[in-house]
Amino acid sequence: MDAVYQALVKIVGEDYASNRPEELFTYSKDLGTSEPKFPDYVAAPKTAEEVQKIILLANKKKVPVVPLGGGMSLAGLALPLQGGIALDLKRMDQIIELNEKARYVVVEAGISNGKLTAYLHKHYPHLMHSEPGAPPAATIGGNIAIHGQGDMAHPYGFNSDMVNGMEVVLPTGEICKFGSCSIGSGWYTLHPLPDIGLFLGWNGSTGIITKISLRLFPCKKIREMDLFVVEDEGLIPDLLYELTHVGMAEDLIAFTSAIPPFMDGVHHISMNITGDTEEEMEFKRHLLLDGKLARYIQDGTGGIGAVSQDIQRPQISKSADWKKGGGFEYVGSIMPVTAYPECYRRGAEISTRHNIPYTVLGRVIGSAHAMMFSWSYAFNRADPETVRHAREALHETDSLVLELGGTIWKPAVFGQKLMMDRMDSNTLQMMKKVKNLLDPNGIMNPGNWEVNE
Amino acid sequence: MTRTAYKYNDIIHRCFRCGYCKFPTNWDDVNNCPAYARFRLESYSAGGRLWLIRAWVNGELEWTEHLAKIVYACAACKNCVEKCPLSFSDEIVNMVIAAKNEMVELGLLPAPVKSFLKNIQLHGNPYGISAKKRSQWMEGTRVETYSNQEFLYYVGCEGSYDTRAQQAARALGELLLKAGVSFGVLGKKEITDGNEVGMMGEDGLLEWVVEKNIKQFKELGVKKIITLSPHSYNAFKSIYPKFDGKFEVFHYTQILSDLMKKRKLSDLKEIQKKVTFHDPCFLGRWNKDYDSPRNVLKSLKGITLVEMERNKKGALCCGGGGGNFYTDILGGSEDSPARIRAREAADTGAEILAVACPNCLTMLEDAVKAERLDDKLIVQDISEILAI
Repeated sequence: MDAVYQALVKIVGEDYASNRPEELFTYSKDLGTSEPKFPDYVAAPKTAEEVQKIILLANKKKVPVVPLGGGMSLAGLALPLQGGIALDLKRMDQIIELNEKARYVVVEAGISNGKLTAYLHKHYPHLMHSEPGAPPAATIGGNIAIHGQGDMAHPYGFNSDMVNGMEVVLPTGEICKFGSCSIGSGWYTLHPLPDIGLFLGWNGSTGIITKISLRLFPCKKIREMDLFVVEDEGLIPDLLYELTHVGMAEDLIAFTSAIPPFMDGVHHISMNITGDTEEEMEFKRHLLLDGKLARYIQDGTGGIGAVSQDIQRPQISKSADWKKGGGFEYVGSIMPVTAYPECYRRGAEISTRHNIPYTVLGRVIGSAHAMMFSWSYAFNRADPETVRHAREALHETDSLVLELGGTIWKPAVFGQKLMMDRMDSNTLQMMKKVKNLLDPNGIMNPGNWEVNE
Repeated sequence: MTRTAYKYNDIIHRCFRCGYCKFPTNWDDVNNCPAYARFRLESYSAGGRLWLIRAWVNGELEWTEHLAKIVYACAACKNCVEKCPLSFSDEIVNMVIAAKNEMVELGLLPAPVKSFLKNIQLHGNPYGISAKKRSQWMEGTRVETYSNQEFLYYVGCEGSYDTRAQQAARALGELLLKAGVSFGVLGKKEITDGNEVGMMGEDGLLEWVVEKNIKQFKELGVKKIITLSPHSYNAFKSIYPKFDGKFEVFHYTQILSDLMKKRKLSDLKEIQKKVTFHDPCFLGRWNKDYDSPRNVLKSLKGITLVEMERNKKGALCCGGGGGNFYTDILGGSEDSPARIRAREAADTGAEILAVACPNCLTMLEDAVKAERLDDKLIVQDISEILAI
């Protein structure tokens, strides 16, 4: 009998370890266009101590370990590129502490966004976290590990900027805490200790995040989404600049798509406005709509698309069912907001070349300090030709991001290489040193952010 | 080898595996798929199962006992159908059943599934107990055999054979008598309704069962049926019409609800208890009746009805559907759905966990014992609560 498998069974229990073809197949697949990469084992630990034991085992046996949250990155970031143990962290899903007055929650990393949202809605309806556009099964740990953003990106930035502290199992097995929790205080701040946070954006290649303290924010009682539309994409950067100046929206997204046809070439800006009273709502509406958008209406370049709509949880998986195909993947980028027009135009060209209706979206981060701009490419999972087209379109878009001065967000290995090829050599060498220092046996999600020079 | 006869080759690739299907309606947790709740590996989620089925029918994966276990772990509770945002969602459970059809065709089944189906063929029930003993449940009652009464009271396999479910079957019989309902039972002539046979993908056996039942019902002049089990209710209501077996079918809570409204069961005892109700999937998600059982409970004097966090279309299945009450694929763990459900029921502070299904009754009673909650929580069928 396989010694690694036996050891995993001993650590997590027979139900939660597998080396059977069915689990290996399941964990070999990403939801996007990535080619399957098979693990040798699957394990689903329940505690940080179990994670630690698995890491120690992996070091001893020189077996790769690939942590997995919801598996929603679409970019194959949790695929075991070199085999090993696929580590499903979703059994680590407890809410450990919520400090209402300090507005933070400590959770295990495998908790889903949906579960946390439901918990807050029920027990603390006046608090919320920044929920990403991914399906609610996406985990908190997975999302911050890839520098995700959510529906509070405009006022508060990246979700990974909202971390107050972390517990991480290092690639050599030590369980470390970062932030105020590391000195025995509460989990209320990551600062002002020395910056040794080396785990965000690394796709789990420098350690396994097991606990997170996440900032919570006021959740207002009245919530609505308003839409403003323009035909000229060139107006979007100015519009976003104007709207972020007043800072009255909770979320600002500019988007357009070829399907449905009435949206083709019409750029929508969705503005989530929230308030505790009708007076507060009216004040915010006034500043945004009357103060910043009225002149576009007056000069005939823009119009109100909709007002006072319910804010719906996005159902991004519907994008996958275009032409009943069951698949889509997108390139996300962190871009200057000024690049919106070019991002849209060049993206539409790529889509046309690959016979895929374009869908593009730019979510404002901070006071228009940047936007997460995405280009989505749907494909039919049962038609390899459409998968190939989508994959090629994704690669072309990765290159486009860099050409337009952007940074690829949660890049797949292809995109990682593109960026490392351009990266400052000293920075690259430091990444290499960090990786080698933390992970001397190279067991953590090998193939990701791997500096070969 | 590819399975070209698989009925859903044209749509099974459309599952994106986005995981909505794991949640209940209130997004409380990712464990509202009973099989995923039990095993927590992606392979056991609704999406994982569909991807595995697709790989098997495409010839990418060979059949194994483990693959069959994953497929048969589906309790057919329809939570995935309820939650999937995509337009093919109505077909999710059907896609799983169609995979079971293929496994039946090949004779490749997990041992307990094979045993279940064999027992149905030989004895008309999954337990492998002689058909002659099917009427033992009614001994000592005043329940009569069917002979042109207004209703056929169809008891079903659990109510006929399972000692715990027999108590519910008897309680319902007594209640119907008390209310003056004209009804009779089939006694030894009753055989399985076939609902689980269909859910397990044995279409040939299903056809045999359904035709045999329809023939008997028609020969006896049955027009209206009251079922103890929501599984039987679903079979008679949704499967039998496809075989020209059209009857007026009622789950017993629908009859009781009506009787109480008409004050034909007005002399029931007052019960000063806090009660929570567990929705059976084949009455709730399959047939959209969430009110009848609650109406009955609310009509009872003294009862305080409290809801579990997950209820109605968001309820967690007990894990007994699709034949799992017999095959027990989802049992054996504190993460077994019935045990999770028992804990949820206890969390409400209820003293009675009310059910309206003999499968749920046995599954949840065992779970309450396993959780050592039986000193503060008892599981009772609604018929039993009324019969107190």
